[in-house]
Amino acid sequence: MRKLLLALLLAASSQAVAQQERIAITGGKVVTNGGAPIEGGVVLISGGSVERVGPAGTAVPAGYRVIDANGKWVTPGIIAGLSQFGAVEVSGVSSSNDLSARQSPATAALMLEGAFNPNETSIPVGRIEGVTAAIVGPSPGRSLFAGQGYVLSLADGTTEPLRPRAFQYLVYGERGASLAGGSRPAAWIEITNALEEAQRLLKGGAPSRDQSRDLRLAPEDAQALTLVLRGAQPLLVRAERASDIRQVLKLPRMYPGIRLVLVSANEGWLVADEIARAGVPVITLGMNNRPDSFEAIGSTMSNVGRLAAAGVKVALGVPDLDVSFQPRNLPHYAGNMVAQARLPGGVGLSWDQAFAAISRTPAEIFGLSDMGVLKPGAAADVVVWSGDPLELTTHAEQVIIRGVPQSLESRQTQLARRYQPGRERTQLPEAYSR
Amino acid sequence: MRIAAIGLLAALLAGCATTGGGQTSATSTPPSPSLPGGSPDAEAAVASTYRAWPGVPTVIRNVTIYDGKGGRIDNGAVRFEGGKLAAVGRSVDEAGATVIDGAGKWVTPGIIDIHSHLGDYPSPGVPAHSDGNEITGPVRPEVWAIHSVWPQDPGFGRALAGGVTVLHVLPGSANLFGGRGATLKNVYGRTAQDMLMPGAPWSLKMACGENPKRVYGSRNQMPGTRMGNVAMTRQTWANARDYQAKLKTAKGPQKRDMQMETLAGVLDGKILVQHHCYRADEMANIIQLSKEFGYKVTAFHHAVEAYKINDLLKAEGICAALWADWWGFKMESYDGIQENLPFMHAAGGCAITHSDDADGIQRLNQETAKALGHGRRMGLEIRDEEAWTWLAINPAKALGIADKVGSLEPGKQADVVLWNGDPLSVYSRPEKVWVDGALLYDTNDPKRRPVSDFELGQPGEGDRK
Repeated sequence: MRKLLLALLLAASSQAVAQQERIAITGGKVVTNGGAPIEGGVVLISGGSVERVGPAGTAVPAGYRVIDANGKWVTPGIIAGLSQFGAVEVSGVSSSNDLSARQSPATAALMLEGAFNPNETSIPVGRIEGVTAAIVGPSPGRSLFAGQGYVLSLADGTTEPLRPRAFQYLVYGERGASLAGGSRPAAWIEITNALEEAQRLLKGGAPSRDQSRDLRLAPEDAQALTLVLRGAQPLLVRAERASDIRQVLKLPRMYPGIRLVLVSANEGWLVADEIARAGVPVITLGMNNRPDSFEAIGSTMSNVGRLAAAGVKVALGVPDLDVSFQPRNLPHYAGNMVAQARLPGGVGLSWDQAFAAISRTPAEIFGLSDMGVLKPGAAADVVVWSGDPLELTTHAEQVIIRGVPQSLESRQTQLARRYQPGRERTQLPEAYSR
Repeated sequence: MRIAAIGLLAALLAGCATTGGGQTSATSTPPSPSLPGGSPDAEAAVASTYRAWPGVPTVIRNVTIYDGKGGRIDNGAVRFEGGKLAAVGRSVDEAGATVIDGAGKWVTPGIIDIHSHLGDYPSPGVPAHSDGNEITGPVRPEVWAIHSVWPQDPGFGRALAGGVTVLHVLPGSANLFGGRGATLKNVYGRTAQDMLMPGAPWSLKMACGENPKRVYGSRNQMPGTRMGNVAMTRQTWANARDYQAKLKTAKGPQKRDMQMETLAGVLDGKILVQHHCYRADEMANIIQLSKEFGYKVTAFHHAVEAYKINDLLKAEGICAALWADWWGFKMESYDGIQENLPFMHAAGGCAITHSDDADGIQRLNQETAKALGHGRRMGLEIRDEEAWTWLAINPAKALGIADKVGSLEPGKQADVVLWNGDPLSVYSRPEKVWVDGALLYDTNDPKRRPVSDFELGQPGEGDRK
């Protein structure tokens, strides 16, 4: 815990406080994530935090730069419930992809923040679409324990993740079975054996040496899992099939300190009441509706809506690095949840629920109490949108993170400008235009 | 695109000559669909058994219409019967028709996806279903994607719910010459031939770039480099030219060569080349190569860097079939931008929104809307109805079927989507989808939503429970 605090302080001090202007955003439709939207509301920002959210006509004190948001929407920044920001440049170029380490003996002990590269080009690509923070997770390599992920602020100039070692990531189901040697029982024994080892350490015991070589857990990995058993970090478990979810729900009953979060859970709707009763949140893409695997035969676009209706806290995220689903498009996935609610027989989310699923809800799941909302004292991660942020043709016009207005440039916008149709192509090659 | 349009002229005329109506089946004309191939025998290799399902004369009125060619009619109406569009305008004859009032709704032609692997890589994606790449050699023009199509792929039904009425199923991109692609009507059948669109030309899938050189180079086989890709591609075309020349002077029956039959079909202009290629410089290489051997690239697929050579693609009349925003997943996609589609359009070229993906195919309207928004942000003025050409007439042209589908015009096949709102909004969905005038998807009627054999009796039963 002390380590966490230290890292948080470091992250905060790495931001140029001088750039934190006093800003008033006026006239927009303000989504606070804590009540009905405020038409023409006023958001005052100072010292990197939201100072006040007032109704239309709230006086702007002297010394505030005014951003006119008339006709626009003002919201908390998007928080990607899961993503890969900062840990991979080109997924197909393995030397630039640190998500997994197939050859490493380490598993649960891996800390993804060691990979974090603030200059990775996907960070501005996400930021300029209104993504201001992200949960970043590893992929499993040798073991079904993938290691520990981090929470990231996408602010320009960030040098450290907002929260390192933010959670442990574990895959169950078909993938876990394959990594454990070929079956779900093998996966289960590997999981429980690892947690037993961690339990032994917690009780002051020495690492076990009396197990067969294949089941023995490296002391570092067992040590890392003590964080999970103590509830110092949540345990994210990927499971799709209804029966796999039921099995995983046993973990917090067996080890009461565990703060379980389900990932993906495409058949979650089949056991929604059980997930709700267990008080376990879900982070999922929401867009899977094909029987892409035997563990996800029951995939449906109504999964998120049905989970929410059962009382499950659901955040949207992108569990896999998969080009067809990108974290910058999370607002559109949220919009699809709203569309699903409007289809006969479909179950989806209200607009408010959908927007919360990409902002307030992931913040709540990870205990980021000052994020995902616009209220006094909240982090000033604020986006001004040209219209409804869930719509496809809307874009982020202003992105403010921790009170600092962000550049809306990325490598992609620069390439687009270089090759803009109708450009003059006379004196020098494109390589000279920037 | 240009060559596709030229190649179509004869077919277009034939299509126009048969717009009198009265047919009860979309396939009653042309009487004997010709399936172009390298030889008369190849034409008989796969015959379509597609038949339109029954429909009723239908009028949808009081709707916003995007006609698929860039036109728009507010408060318009369409009428279709006998599997064909009969009238499109401000108002149409409603006599004898089932009339649907579409206030607040939109009508478009069915979406055409020029790049799909449905059926060849079906769901569930288990190894036993991996039938899209004949990965046993880099030159495999003799294989046909239609022979891998599993007509029970649940993905077809999902795509239908997204408004896709025609899709082009291609082999994968592991090989320089991947094999023949097939154009399907998105209607479940018992066999792949039941889905094959009558009269649609075959294509040849080709690939450049990382995939072939990675797959074979890692086996210490040619091609292992981009120059190896080009060298092998040239040699193969040279062989095809030899074959073609020999065939012309040969007397009597010759030993058949399935590889060469496909390639000769390309050289004869009967088979359209759909070329997977990401980088601008590689597309330029391929264009030169195609000129050397006297064939035409109909469309570059993926073409992540099309925006760097819009002028070249336009001048050559080559379409670009593109994702809205895929990028960065491999080196050759590193320079992807969100304006690729609108830039191609603004340059006067033929832009196509494609999926290459069992998920993306369900939301090609959304992909188009995203790209359109980014184009507008760069100051381009592109109307919604113009952007719909990326999903309709442009892919139809690049598939050689623009005489049959791709726009709402009298005489064309009645592939029609009624949207429950603005089809470029995230909140809208197809409410009803007709293929050849038959109502095959209806959000209001569970009996008009398909459940593939595979999904029957499974949890959710095809996302319908």
